[in-house]
Amino acid sequence: MAAERPGPTARSATGSALVTGASRGIGAAVAATLAAEGWPVGVSYRTDSEAADAVVAGIEARGGRAMALAGDVAGSDTAGNLIDALEERFGPVLVLVNNAGVRADGLALSIRDEEWDRVIETNLTGTFRLTRRALRPMLKARYGRIVNVASIVGPRANPGQANYAASKAGVIGMTRTVAAEVARRGVTVNAVAPGLVDTDMTEDLSPDLLDAVPARRAGTPEEVAACVRFLASEEAAYVTGATLAVDGGLSA
Amino acid sequence: MATTTVTRENVEAKVVEAIAELGPDIEQVTPYATFESLDVDSLDLVELTQVVEEEFGVVIPNEAAAKLTTVGDAIEYVVAHGS
Repeated sequence: MAAERPGPTARSATGSALVTGASRGIGAAVAATLAAEGWPVGVSYRTDSEAADAVVAGIEARGGRAMALAGDVAGSDTAGNLIDALEERFGPVLVLVNNAGVRADGLALSIRDEEWDRVIETNLTGTFRLTRRALRPMLKARYGRIVNVASIVGPRANPGQANYAASKAGVIGMTRTVAAEVARRGVTVNAVAPGLVDTDMTEDLSPDLLDAVPARRAGTPEEVAACVRFLASEEAAYVTGATLAVDGGLSA
Repeated sequence: MATTTVTRENVEAKVVEAIAELGPDIEQVTPYATFESLDVDSLDLVELTQVVEEEFGVVIPNEAAAKLTTVGDAIEYVVAHGS
């Protein structure tokens, strides 16, 4: 079995990958995929340490390397703490996947300040702070891959998610600008914009939503992870500032 | 974080070394050389400020960094703001 696993690339032999919100859903699938590519992976999580440990154990069982890292990305010191801990064990962060995200839905009229702030701070500010911190080792290495998990509701409308949509539109705007700032250093910054993907985050949504999806089904975390894997690869060197929709045609 | 004492000699040596790592030949990196003549761009300057912060614990804010035009300006700033 071990022979089927691709050997570490030159890059993954010298650095590490960090995936936030990696204890479940899309983040867990991304962590597993990057580990299979040879990257030692930081599996960051906020609350569910058991789930994060299970993701790490799964990666190790397949011959990969990973460590669980606790931290709420909405915290002002979290980016530094997560990356310091990861780099101490696995070397400079050369791949960052900003996946951690929360929802607090309601019509705009009824969204409370706390619900607005929590969503913006986790999804947008957390992504910014991790990006800012990860750029240091990436610029030094003249190599880096940042992939932000946005959402199709960033560029589109979705009643009941003004806070979430604003945070994801913000992520897409930030992705473009930071991409332009660092492109000449071999660092790329891209986003994926999932549509309806079958995770804990979407389990309460009405099945009627599927009727709006041309593919007539929800996506899987693995299908999103495959796109992240490409954007995080050396081969994607000339793709930067892009947002890749992964939505079964929902935004087509 | 800061590991090195702020003396003019230490600062000049580190700043010159850090700039040379960004591309220019080290002989060209004199206190009178402008960042423009050395082809040191805004992103290079941010990297330089991070080296200086790690080495000497001196933070160069964006507004101050924007006013630095020569290698000597950067050295003077760090010397003036070091403990």
